[in-house]
Amino acid sequence: MSSTPLWEVFIRPRNGLSHKHVGSVHAADEVLALQAARDVYTRRGEGTSIWVVLSAQIVASDPDQAAENFEPTADKVYRHPTFYEIPDDVGHM
Amino acid sequence: MLYDAVLELADDHLVLGHRLSEWCGHAPMLEEDLALPNMALDLIGTARTLYDHAARLEGQGRDEDALAYLRGEREYRNLLLCERPNGDFAHTMLRQLYFAAFMAPYWQAALGSEDEVIAGVAGKAVKEMAYHIRHAGEWVIRMGDGTDESAARMRAAVADLHIYTGELFEDGAGDAALPSRAEIRPAWDATIAGIFAEALLDVPEVPFPQTGGREGRHGEALGHMLAEMQALHRAHPGAVW
Repeated sequence: MSSTPLWEVFIRPRNGLSHKHVGSVHAADEVLALQAARDVYTRRGEGTSIWVVLSAQIVASDPDQAAENFEPTADKVYRHPTFYEIPDDVGHM
Repeated sequence: MLYDAVLELADDHLVLGHRLSEWCGHAPMLEEDLALPNMALDLIGTARTLYDHAARLEGQGRDEDALAYLRGEREYRNLLLCERPNGDFAHTMLRQLYFAAFMAPYWQAALGSEDEVIAGVAGKAVKEMAYHIRHAGEWVIRMGDGTDESAARMRAAVADLHIYTGELFEDGAGDAALPSRAEIRPAWDATIAGIFAEALLDVPEVPFPQTGGREGRHGEALGHMLAEMQALHRAHPGAVW
């Protein structure tokens, strides 16, 4: 199956929620990729919509740059919206 | 008689469902190893409801297990198409397409059945069969219009299996609560013609269709399949898990 492209699968569990990455499938083209995703990842009523994306089309951040990308935010607690009083009427944000 | 007609339908679904389940663990790729048992479970689920219905209609104290596991091959009324061995992936997908292309319009016509169980089964099965047509059809197109090897295998599958399709349209036991099988022919022809055109396959003429399943005259393959399928229940009657 080495010549069969890999596709990343995203499922939307309910209307109003975002598509979420659930895994990947092998398939020769986009139609079979959607079918494979349906058969592999929605067998227990997980979804109402499927996206598939060629894995090769995804641009990913470099793990070697993880420190410079993500660690500088660790000491900037003032960016978290925890310093505000939220009125009770607003409910869950 | 509604009992006989429901039993014919149930046998079609169980036998083909069991055939598909034989792929579990053996499919050419992991994705199909889940897709084939998914389709098998659709068919076996329908078979269970139909056997339960048939058992109640018969009223002789038999249940779905008795009908599925304690009848011999001459008592089975399934289509010869459904019992054909899996062969290669091309044979399996073509067999599935032939059956689903028949059952989708059949269940569509059964949605308004006066029999509540049949109408209920139809409501669920019509969606399942639409997916089976799509799944099997896309593979038939890709194998037919694929490599020299895949196209040759697809043509061989058509040559082997098309002779069994005439039996789909025999009305057999029949009943007023069920659709006429003969009237499904135009819808089936149109589905197959559309997919075969994309798959670069010719629809062959069949001067002498193979029939006999509805009278219990089966090929030798069914006995072997039933022996395996029924062995556990016959050795341990009433076993549950």
